[in-house]
Amino acid sequence: MQTSTLVSAEDKRWRLIRATMRRHGFAANALIETLHTVQEAFGYLDEEALRYVAKELRIPLSRVYGVATFYNHFAMKPQGEHHCVVCLGTACYIRGGSRVLEAIEKAAQVKAGETTPDKKLSLLVARCVGLCWLAPVALFDDEVASEATPEEVAQKVGEWVDHVSS
Amino acid sequence: MSVVVTLKINDIDVSGQEDETILDVAREHDIYIPTMCHLDGLSSVGACRLCLVEVKGMNRLVTACTVKVAEGMEVYTETERLKKYRRMLVEMLFSEGNHICSVCVVNGRCELQSMAGRVGVQHITLPYYNPLRTLDTTHERFVIDRNRCILCTRCVRVCDEIEGAHTWDLGGRGIESHVVTDLNTFWGDSPTCTGCSKCVHVCPTGALFEKGRSVTEMTKHREFLPYLTMMREKK
Amino acid sequence: MYLPEDELQRIDEEERLLKGQYKHHIHVCLGANCLNAHSAQVLSALETEAKARGLEKVCSVTGGGCRGLCVAGPTVTLEPDNVLYGKVQPNDAGDIIASLGGEPVERLNRPTDNPFFMRQQRIVREMEGRLNPERIEDYIAAGGYKSLLKALNEMTPAEVINEITRSGLRGRGGAGYPTGLKWKTVAKARGEHKYVICNGDEGDPGAFMDRSVMDDFPHRLLEGIIIGAYAVGADRGYLYVRAEYPLSVKRLQLAIRQAQKQNLLGNNIAGTAFNFDLQVRVGAGAYVCGEETALIASIEGKRGQPRPRPPYPAESGLWGYPTLINNVETFANIGAIIRNGSAWYASIGTEKSKGTKVFALTGTVSHSGLIEVPMGTTLREIIFDIGGGIPDGRKFKAAQTGGPGGGCIPEQYLDLSVDFESLASVGSMMGSGGLVIMDDRTCMVNVAKYFLEFCKSESCGKCIPCRVGTAHMFDILDKITKGEATLDDLTLLEELCDTVKHTSLCGLGQSAPNPVLSTLRFFRDEYIAHIVDHVCPAGVCEFEKEAVR
Ligand SMILES: Cc1cc2nc3c(=O)[nH]c(=O)nc-3n(C[C@H](O)[C@H](O)[C@H](O)COP(=O)(O)O)c2cc1C
Ligand code: SF4
Ligand code: SF4
Ligand code: FES
Ligand code: FES
Repeated sequence: MQTSTLVSAEDKRWRLIRATMRRHGFAANALIETLHTVQEAFGYLDEEALRYVAKELRIPLSRVYGVATFYNHFAMKPQGEHHCVVCLGTACYIRGGSRVLEAIEKAAQVKAGETTPDKKLSLLVARCVGLCWLAPVALFDDEVASEATPEEVAQKVGEWVDHVSS
Repeated sequence: MSVVVTLKINDIDVSGQEDETILDVAREHDIYIPTMCHLDGLSSVGACRLCLVEVKGMNRLVTACTVKVAEGMEVYTETERLKKYRRMLVEMLFSEGNHICSVCVVNGRCELQSMAGRVGVQHITLPYYNPLRTLDTTHERFVIDRNRCILCTRCVRVCDEIEGAHTWDLGGRGIESHVVTDLNTFWGDSPTCTGCSKCVHVCPTGALFEKGRSVTEMTKHREFLPYLTMMREKK
Repeated sequence: MYLPEDELQRIDEEERLLKGQYKHHIHVCLGANCLNAHSAQVLSALETEAKARGLEKVCSVTGGGCRGLCVAGPTVTLEPDNVLYGKVQPNDAGDIIASLGGEPVERLNRPTDNPFFMRQQRIVREMEGRLNPERIEDYIAAGGYKSLLKALNEMTPAEVINEITRSGLRGRGGAGYPTGLKWKTVAKARGEHKYVICNGDEGDPGAFMDRSVMDDFPHRLLEGIIIGAYAVGADRGYLYVRAEYPLSVKRLQLAIRQAQKQNLLGNNIAGTAFNFDLQVRVGAGAYVCGEETALIASIEGKRGQPRPRPPYPAESGLWGYPTLINNVETFANIGAIIRNGSAWYASIGTEKSKGTKVFALTGTVSHSGLIEVPMGTTLREIIFDIGGGIPDGRKFKAAQTGGPGGGCIPEQYLDLSVDFESLASVGSMMGSGGLVIMDDRTCMVNVAKYFLEFCKSESCGKCIPCRVGTAHMFDILDKITKGEATLDDLTLLEELCDTVKHTSLCGLGQSAPNPVLSTLRFFRDEYIAHIVDHVCPAGVCEFEKEAVR
């Protein structure tokens, strides 16, 4: 557990979080909006930040934890440098999306929803990214790989994760 | 000032107040409806689905613990269909956790156990999940064994609604849901828990229990709930 | 006195004058998909090119919305010649500008006199591709916000509700609940405040109809919501948009600011006594938040878990106040109904399902994209005429409608008219408008397993049948696709379907068994083949053990 409760006024990230809470009048219903800002600022939901938000919005800690872990969008751990999102929407699934996912899991030795130990890559799964005619689709950071094949994607993630080649 | 309504439960004429639920009225007339998540004195959430009943003219089954009675309603609580569903629901609860009754502190006094008898579950046809769940023994007087938790949220509600501490809540979702204290931190470190033991006593199973009790020994005391609720309403 | 009509009139005239100066209008699609395919670069290349040739006074280059033909993105639309270009690259700009007034550029040209365009009828997507979604002026010049002023100035709230009731409009969020009736209930409910919520959570995989409305026609949506708020007497509202749609969020926020500036939102709207404040709320990745009571919990900042109804949101919704909640597409129909009248709207569609429906046509079909057709159009027309049939010489196998809680419709029902009742009669549902076409290479057991995996991981976990039942159902389906299941497992699966469907708390659990039930109904032999013969007829599932026959 972190002990520092000093919320440095210099730190831009805390100011951003505070601004969101202020915009909503520090009302309890601002929790999800505030967690969005925390995630943007820190890349994940930092425990110290969760305690701070709970205190400022006067929300029980367990409720903050409950909300943070209910929604897929929120990450409780630091994320990787790169993101790979494999679409497993209906169109992508019937066109082989799961094989694309398997190939990446194997190539990067990481499971969907997890980050490689070297923090290079976070692998995520989406349910339709709205590009169904390009199915199966994978997103590498923000670049779209359309009609992706297992070989192609394996090569692509290989470039990001060096421990695989070594 | 409530209006009295008349209705039928299992073809028996009964009456109740307009603001009462089907469950309230059934109980007043000694008609048994199985319940698990409901507890008098706490809000109703309609989560366990065991109290589902058939109401003539409604195309869906309704939960007796949440739906209010109405004039002329015809309710059925023991149809074959309902019995079948209840058995399946109880089976699901057993298959979901790790319920090894022989080593449980509330063996013989567990609501899940007695519910199985009551709805006629003889053996579990569903495969067991045998999930890996955690046990927290850090509190000086109590233990939470998540293996025996059926996610009824009684502990969450009593802690929030009656004690006002809101130490408990649910984390995760779906089959991964679990009860947590604070930020999923140790109960023993909790800055919010008052040690009032209410959660322990409302828990229907052996998930929450007092330390120092051996198998079959723990009795749960709930008299405080109707009493507290009544005293608060008086104010 | 300040008259908003005059202001709208002025904007309208200015726009016409402005547009009249140009001989040619070039609209570059700025929908999410075309943007992805770098349409913004195409736009700037066209602007540069027009300037370089000194044509910037002759032709206007602006952004527009999606034309539905998403396979062909980025698309460019030329007016008044009604030319559509597809797969346009920045270096095509020269040829496009050079050809203005002459013959269209052959290699980019996409004919629009084919069934894909001709068989559609647009109400929700009226003027598609020709309105710049980031300019309120475009919408006003196209007659926008006139319906709102008409409602505010010439109609009582009750008259607005009557008009909607008579139009026969039914909710497009899935269940098809009569919109007029819902509005009436909220109007009658008492509360210090009333809320309007627009449900833009659109979580069905393979569905992006609502996104296209929010991206392309944010003002049409706002107009519908504001009229709804006036009709039911609401003073506050939320637009709940899923986190995966950042472009929608941006455009809606911009549109709200623009509408506020024109006094179409806020206090004393258009000089009347009507006040209405609207805010955007962003979801955080939970399918179940599309369910209305879960959505309300989410706006309140809580875990998105549904609660039992009654009470319905109409009586007790957000923070306990009466709340009107409608889908994006439902609201997008309102303006046109007020403008053209309920009789006009009721003349489109079938007896019980009025108006049009937008579908996201995907899967193995030649022209995937967004289409809008009158209710009652047959599946065959949609798939084979508009969608251009099944590519690669494959055979049609099933059409999946209704999202994860929907069903698969086999070939013998291709002449089924697409409306709420017909789809329900074959064990599927309208849902929000996802329409996934599957060819003979699709394994139906695998499809059922896919949807169960979805429901299992999206179950909120509150009630036992959905939390535990969907997990068991998924496991059995997984066993079947691995050739490890027995006929007893199949019986257990059917029992689980029955219990989960009838005992779950909310629509997610109640409809989760549908994909299994519908594939069992029409493709039972495929299940049997997996279980008894250890073969996957479509050749999709791989079995560990060698086939034992
Ligand atoms: C699991 C589930 C998901 C839903 N998802 C959506 C959705 O994404 N968008 C939507 O408009 N309605 C969705 N609905 C339906 C809503 O609960 C609600 O009925 C609808 O928004 C009402 O609007 P309408 O009357 O205009 O259709 C969903 C329902 C369920 C049970
Ligand atoms: S710990 Fe007990 S009271 Fe709490 S949710 Fe689990 S079973 Fe219910
Ligand atoms: S049916 Fe599923 S999603 Fe709905 S309340 Fe129950 S567990 Fe939650
Ligand atoms: S299903 Fe993958 S983009 Fe739609
Ligand atoms: S007692 Fe009614 S749902 Fe649990």
